[in-house]
Amino acid sequence: MAIDEHSVARSERRWATAMITASATLLAAIVYASLGAHITPPSNSLETVDPATLHVAGEFVEANLGTKVESGGEVVARIVTAQFAFQPACVVVPQDTPVTFRIASPDVIHGVMILGTNVNSMVVPGYVSRVRTRFQDTGDMLMPCHEFCGLGHSQMLAHVRVVAKADFKPDANGRATCAPE
Amino acid sequence: MLRNSRLILAHLWLAFAAFGAAIVLGLWQMWVRSPFAAPLASSENYFMSVTAHGSAMGYVLTTFFIMGFGYFVAETALSRPLPFPRLAWTGFTLGIVGALLVVATVFSGRATVLFTFYPPLTATPWFYVGLVMVVVGSWIWCALMLVAMAGWKRDNPGQAVPLAMFATTANAVLWLWTTVGVAAELLFIVIPAAFGWTQAVDVGLTRTLFSWTLHAIVYFWLIPAYIAFYTMAPQLAGGRLYSDLMARISFVAFLIYGLPVGLHHLFMDPEHATGFKSVQMVLTVLVAVPTLLTVFTVCASMEIAGRLRGGRGLLGWVAALPWKQPLVLATGLSFFMLWFGGFGGLINMSYGMNAMVHNTSWVTAHFHMIFGGSVVIMYFAISYEIWPRLTGRMAPSLGLQRAQLWSWAVGMMTLSLPWHWLGLKGQWRRVAQFDYTDPAISWWTPWMAMSLVGGILLVGSAFLFLWNLASFHRAGRSAEAVPPMNFAVALHSGGTPAALNGFRIWNILVLVLMVAAYAFPIAQSFIVKPPYAVVHRVDRTN
Repeated sequence: MAIDEHSVARSERRWATAMITASATLLAAIVYASLGAHITPPSNSLETVDPATLHVAGEFVEANLGTKVESGGEVVARIVTAQFAFQPACVVVPQDTPVTFRIASPDVIHGVMILGTNVNSMVVPGYVSRVRTRFQDTGDMLMPCHEFCGLGHSQMLAHVRVVAKADFKPDANGRATCAPE
Repeated sequence: MLRNSRLILAHLWLAFAAFGAAIVLGLWQMWVRSPFAAPLASSENYFMSVTAHGSAMGYVLTTFFIMGFGYFVAETALSRPLPFPRLAWTGFTLGIVGALLVVATVFSGRATVLFTFYPPLTATPWFYVGLVMVVVGSWIWCALMLVAMAGWKRDNPGQAVPLAMFATTANAVLWLWTTVGVAAELLFIVIPAAFGWTQAVDVGLTRTLFSWTLHAIVYFWLIPAYIAFYTMAPQLAGGRLYSDLMARISFVAFLIYGLPVGLHHLFMDPEHATGFKSVQMVLTVLVAVPTLLTVFTVCASMEIAGRLRGGRGLLGWVAALPWKQPLVLATGLSFFMLWFGGFGGLINMSYGMNAMVHNTSWVTAHFHMIFGGSVVIMYFAISYEIWPRLTGRMAPSLGLQRAQLWSWAVGMMTLSLPWHWLGLKGQWRRVAQFDYTDPAISWWTPWMAMSLVGGILLVGSAFLFLWNLASFHRAGRSAEAVPPMNFAVALHSGGTPAALNGFRIWNILVLVLMVAAYAFPIAQSFIVKPPYAVVHRVDRTN
């Protein structure tokens, strides 16, 4: 069987060109998705918070946790993830409205995801995790901790309650909580 | 028989002993997570088991297999004695003592931090010391591979280092670079905290350093499989290596691009901003290229074999291949799983899209399919191929070897396809027990059952593998002589550029890329000075 060196080199060049083109196309799609459609990882700039003191001062004190409509009208849900519970355990948000989650940990690494949505972030002590999203459907959704945080990890679970805009009724301070059922 | 048979067998048997124990733990873990009640189920036992399973598969099976196979390649491909065999035994001793320390600390419940550590969770220091000893043992192996290759080059000036050895040494160089990250994390941050010398750690920095290791380690595991694709499968199929040059380019590309990409494991992390995540995402796209080149060169090499065996037409050569040869069969099965695993990997690296799958069962499925599937099946086939040379005995049954390889591939697909699906639907990771009464979860039951069937198949296959290896030792010395080990000859030889016969300029390039990719993400911790997190000791008896 005769395959001369030139035809080997030619076939390899063709294949390499095709594969580099395929990879470049993939890269172009990712760049378009991030710059054009804003599909990017969460926490796109660095923000730190001291895990030792976040419960005594600043935005993550207990009274300030949960959903709040800020003075500018932005809906922000602040959550503290700690061994082995979310504070608060239920977060209410309005449907089809931009919502920002701000999450911090006072102890170890945790992770947060909301099933059926694109909300997914690590929570690393020392840093503030931020995720922006817009919920399409109403209903209760599971929000588990998805990173090993200790022996109680499996029980670390919370809910997000998405309600129709009309049913989202923050109080005079702009706060909204899950109504007890 | 080889001069260093005992050395090599010691490494490989240790690797597979760890594998045999770890896979049983893996099955039990699946049972605990499933809707069906399992014995001994508790959080303590589950996470202890996960730590043991991950450490045994990720650190012990891989490291000792790669070392043993490397010594085999150095002796057979270079046709000369291994330099400093006593040092090699020192490396093995360090490794086995380290591995035993890991076993003792994990099973006494003092190291339940999983095999990726998660500081500020902190285990007994002896767990980390054990792992460091395994790594230091492997550094001795790296040095011996470099010395063996340099010695051969000195005695054969101007000649190309045999491909199998070039690739093995590329892996040694890659491993030296790879372990810098985790070594820095353990030696400077985690071990001082575990001994109680420090009380708080910079968690972002530990994650950044671990990410340095986290992706390249996968290429360390994978390169032996690629060595078998390029140098063993074409030979056994009766063909030629299509292109020696392309093979060298692929191995060098793994060395260069395997390293500066680790931040793609931290896409969902808050301690890095968009800039360096996207830089490393771009580099990650490039690391797909050597695998795509390998697929072509290996298929072309096998096509030569198939056509020499009388295969005709566009695909007739595939049917003409000697699929009865276990290593040829394993190469086919490995490539099959590589398509799925590679596809999943492309999803994972796709930046924002990573949010769909991060820390879900999709990721567990991905690395089980690509490592446990594509790579470990080649560890099996390589073992079947080299065991006759190590023991001087031929295999009693190729049929049992083929049955083992098939059951492994079928088991791995049955295990990991349901995990992919459940992960996409949001099944999250590292959970000992789900609440199957929750309607959002109850529909998982049939999928969990299917993956459990895959797990049972895998355990059966693993035991058959150990049985097959043991039967070499039980068999009498065969009448027919064991043929010498030959690696595939390239279609065209000569013309290897000096740059692809050594690693000097590639090391410089790695250094440049690592500075570009990691200097700032690491320096950031010293510039921003993020608040530290207090150490959480899981070692209650300390």
